[in-house]
Amino acid sequence: MFVSLVKRPERSQWMVYLSPVIALAMTLVSGIILFQLMGVESGKALYAFFVEPITHKYGWAELGVKATPLILIGVALSVGFRANVWNIGAEGQLTLGAICGGGVALFFYGVDSVFVLPLMMVGGILGGMMWAAIPAFLRTRFNANEILTSLMLTYVATLLLSVLVHGPWRDPDGFNFPESRIFSDSATLPVIWAGTRLHLGWIITIAVVAAVWVLMSKTIVGFQVKVVGQAPLAGRHAGFSVNRVIWFSLLLGGAMAGLAGLFEVSGPIGQLLPVISPGYGFTAIIVAFVGRLHPVGVFFAGLLLALSYLGGESAQITMNLPLAVTGVFQGMLLFFLLACDVLIAYQFRLNMTRGAKYG
Amino acid sequence: MKINTNPFGILKSLPALFLAAAMMVAGTSAQAEDIKVGFVYVGPVGDHGWTYRHDQGRLAVEKELGVATTFVESVAEGADSERVIRNLATTGHGLIFTTSFGYMNPTLKVAEQFPDVKFEHATGYKRADNLSTYSARFYEGRTVLGTIAGHMSKTGVVGYIASFPIPEVVRGINAFILAMRKVNPDAVVKVVWVNSWYDPGKEGDAAKALIDQGADIITQHTDSPAPLQVAEQRGVYAFGQASDMSAFAPTAQLTAIINDWNPYYVSRVKALMEGTWESQDVWSGIKTGMVEFAPYGDAVPAEARAAADAVREGIVNGTLHSFDGPINNQAGEQVIGEGETLDDGVLLGMDWYVEGVQGELGGQ
Repeated sequence: MFVSLVKRPERSQWMVYLSPVIALAMTLVSGIILFQLMGVESGKALYAFFVEPITHKYGWAELGVKATPLILIGVALSVGFRANVWNIGAEGQLTLGAICGGGVALFFYGVDSVFVLPLMMVGGILGGMMWAAIPAFLRTRFNANEILTSLMLTYVATLLLSVLVHGPWRDPDGFNFPESRIFSDSATLPVIWAGTRLHLGWIITIAVVAAVWVLMSKTIVGFQVKVVGQAPLAGRHAGFSVNRVIWFSLLLGGAMAGLAGLFEVSGPIGQLLPVISPGYGFTAIIVAFVGRLHPVGVFFAGLLLALSYLGGESAQITMNLPLAVTGVFQGMLLFFLLACDVLIAYQFRLNMTRGAKYG
Repeated sequence: MKINTNPFGILKSLPALFLAAAMMVAGTSAQAEDIKVGFVYVGPVGDHGWTYRHDQGRLAVEKELGVATTFVESVAEGADSERVIRNLATTGHGLIFTTSFGYMNPTLKVAEQFPDVKFEHATGYKRADNLSTYSARFYEGRTVLGTIAGHMSKTGVVGYIASFPIPEVVRGINAFILAMRKVNPDAVVKVVWVNSWYDPGKEGDAAKALIDQGADIITQHTDSPAPLQVAEQRGVYAFGQASDMSAFAPTAQLTAIINDWNPYYVSRVKALMEGTWESQDVWSGIKTGMVEFAPYGDAVPAEARAAADAVREGIVNGTLHSFDGPINNQAGEQVIGEGETLDDGVLLGMDWYVEGVQGELGGQ
């Protein structure tokens, strides 16, 4: 290797805050070049991406709807990532949350009680935790890699949901199509902004972000997570249990992913479908890292990712740009964000002499 | 290869256009430039299958009527679709086609909020004053494919790559094997469910597995050409899905079912322009040209061609139905006898296999 990345002795405080701004500027510049090359008016295209989706009340509400699962899962995953616990299977935990919470809704179908919704939320949280407990057990008991186990369980979860909506939970009046009944009103999340789809889940998500912030910065649990993640040996010396941190991280991630899944089915979707998430559990991993594993950062990263999705749709509708361009544009945004962050913590060093590996 | 019984064919003729133009001048209808039509697709326009054919329909609308169109591709069938449909409704689209079953409830929700906008949902069953449904009797096409397979399979085993165990797909499997067993009473079909409409990797793997199990013809109810490419490599035959896929399998493709939405889309947009659009439920097949076929591959012998043509003709003139009795279920029990035919109600909710299908139907 002629070029290597070397950790900077000290991060520039200025750069830490400037980095997202620089990344955004670079995305805009490359975006302009990309659109010019395609023969599209770049001003209009950028407007369609970043501004148009939120020029109206419904758009702002949709931003919240789209960001809710991303932030909720991203913020919980960031705790685990700080502890070096790699829960890649949030998508499966989300699915189990939807199954368990949605199962409660179907069990109480037609029951008009204020207790249905809280019960569903408990069901969603427990479902996600249960699914995350499996990799936690396998890791702490058999030292099985949680990246692999949690990821594989995602496919199991998706198939489980598929079996349920194709079979026992199928809408009896639905011509055998694989969909559950549409949930009763008492099992549907209240809309908090009339005329939109913004639901109670958004407020709970904000509360969770605040709670995780307090947890990580003010409590001994948060301290343990950070110590175990950065210096497991030091953590052990201090008497912190690595296994406890693993269990805690995975269960927290599972709980929030499950809750996010429940919010999707009892919020904007309103029923169980064979597929309920376009990969929120995976996108949340990106959100966690773009937000630098900090709750506030994750909050804004979730909004940014959500905006880029809405922008992609609006660019297709108003500019007739193909979806692939949206993908390229989103990719550039993420690339610059992460690249800028890397270059704040690390610097390039040219190695002129060969064999200087250990030098 | 168009069938001349196509009632929409007349739209392509010049007089109709002149008539439409005259009516526009008379002010009884909307100007082409006032109308925008939106399309919501479940896959990418380049899938060479389902979405590709819908997009061909959209292009036909642009070309024949000069109407501006918009499409949004790869829209997930969950929470996102409602926003996309709504955004189309608020940006001046007078007619919106939502082209996948999973858009049913979102389309209905948006249709209730925008009574002045017209909606058309493919393959669903929920309608409203401003929400039509349309679908094609693809099972009729499967009957033609099954007939060809009956003549051409040496092992008597056909591999069927299926997407989801919904009535639409089950109906296709049943129609296929019923027709095949009329030619070869011992024929069986093996089904692999890939749980996806479009997943070239899984579809290709399924094709390999089926060929390894003795299938010498592959057919599919998924949208990518991957199974045909596998068939081409392995030297077995296959049928294209939704569009002519012979480019991917010049030797292997025996024919393909082609979904031809063009005449339907043009007629519906025209109805909107003329102010005659009404909510309806359309389910038509070979007769109206909604279900078409690619030219027969070179490998198809004259005898099989003649049999397939006869079946098509029978379906068009009503002397033959894909689900004419006697029909036995998978367990061998008679469902209907000679002289009876399954009705549309049974077909719409079909969740059981007929005799000759191997494997269990998922989720029962």
